Amino acid sequence: MAFIDSVLGDFFWRALIGGLGVALVAGPLGCFVVWRRMAYFGDTLAHSALLGIALGFLLQLPLNLTIAGTCVALALILVVLARSRTLATDTLLGILAHSALAIGLVTLSFMPEVRVDLSGYLFGDLLAMSRDDLAWIYGGAAVILALLFKLWRGLLMATIHEELARVEGFPVERLRLLLMLMFSLVIAVAMKIVGVLLITALLIIPAATARRLARTPEHMVLLAVVLGMVSVAGGLSLSWYGDSPAGPSVVVTAFGLFLLVYGMVRRPHS
Amino acid sequence: MTERLVTLNDVSVRFDGPPVVDRINLTVNRGDIVTIIGPNGAGKTTLIKAVLGIQKVSSGDIWRQPGARIGYVPQHLILQPTLPLSVRRFLMLTGEPESACREALAQTGVAHLFGASVHHLSGGEKQRLLIARALARKPDLLVLDEPAQGVDINGQAALYELIRGLRDRLNCGVIMISHDLHLVMAATDRVICLNQHVCCSGHPADISTDPAFIETFGQRVAESLAVYHHHHNHQHNLHGDVVGAAGDSAGHEDCDHHGVH
Repeated sequence: MAFIDSVLGDFFWRALIGGLGVALVAGPLGCFVVWRRMAYFGDTLAHSALLGIALGFLLQLPLNLTIAGTCVALALILVVLARSRTLATDTLLGILAHSALAIGLVTLSFMPEVRVDLSGYLFGDLLAMSRDDLAWIYGGAAVILALLFKLWRGLLMATIHEELARVEGFPVERLRLLLMLMFSLVIAVAMKIVGVLLITALLIIPAATARRLARTPEHMVLLAVVLGMVSVAGGLSLSWYGDSPAGPSVVVTAFGLFLLVYGMVRRPHS
Repeated sequence: MTERLVTLNDVSVRFDGPPVVDRINLTVNRGDIVTIIGPNGAGKTTLIKAVLGIQKVSSGDIWRQPGARIGYVPQHLILQPTLPLSVRRFLMLTGEPESACREALAQTGVAHLFGASVHHLSGGEKQRLLIARALARKPDLLVLDEPAQGVDINGQAALYELIRGLRDRLNCGVIMISHDLHLVMAATDRVICLNQHVCCSGHPADISTDPAFIETFGQRVAESLAVYHHHHNHQHNLHGDVVGAAGDSAGHEDCDHHGVH
């Protein structure tokens, strides 16, 4: 116990353990972002996280709760608005992403008594990881992994061919909604590590790197998890020794791996 | 004995404006091959989506035999290049055991593709894979949306031959959409000519003289259809080569579409 306590008492180890937990779920969800072309959607949810932070200060609620709540609300709004088809989805996402970010920033500026380290939220902060955050990350990861495992065949089938999935009896709409809620959750926990502006990178880059090496969807997910973990470990070490911001260091490491793999492996297997 | 698989009673589908599918009555029995033909925008795809239960109907009702499994072969298989997928994995996603998947693939004549990547398949191979995937689920009713699209002319004939053979072997019902009037005639029991409403239906040999058919497709098509009753005495493999001719290779000469390979 004393050992565990001393590890968790050290902020670097807390950040690392938290980051590895995030990579565990960012891998599979990142694959879905890549497969379903949802990069912009992920960005929009991530931007709305800042609004969640502002709301947390305003309502004096736990930040993790308001961030997750705001992301979920935005995901639901997107589902409803996308169905009405008045605007193209990417236009809609562009409006909501930046409006949520801007409203969040403006709201924070109206609360001068709240001293926030904005760059910590935007780019991630090694020091920000508390024991509570670790509980959030691993609790959230357990829920997401359990859901993914249970719904895997339906999620994959709906990604490959939506109508085929529907004919085969998978609840396609409900699966899409669940996937969006899982994104909301992962963004709420991942922003501590990499920050609002770089979450999508942690989702996409390891998955894209894994694509080059993988032959099956499951293989790609496993590789994305491993690559994400290596990126987190490498990035946080860089941040620790080089005193660079945590989020960008993680993303730079992930990008380095991407270049390495794409440079070495000529063609995708399949 | 006829066994009803699906019955449509006065089914209409409308989005905004006039109905896309207008008061359709249709029954498919076990062992039937029903082909839906019609011009672009005639509501063919909407109609079969209603049969599949993935398109809400505006009025009328659809009866499906309780417990009947439907196998669907969609028009296209458009794959995200970012998603690595092998033929094996794609078939296994049906939840059926590997042996059933292998057998289904063998039935469509492309058993050798089991280990291949779905991304490397040709148009014809993709269609056969989609059919195999539907077969693996042991369907009572097979629904195909333009199964021969993107397949060359020899491949198309082989594909319709395959569908007819599958019907015989599995004793399932088949409902399919086709544009290829000529090719489909040999492999179908009943043709439904759709132009929002059913403008005519019946046996392929009779339908080409139906005034409503001639009105929809034009005199030229109807006439060419009426004279198109030549019999194949040989088969093609996937590369279009003639295999397994009934007589010797000389029997091949009376068939005029083999001039160029």
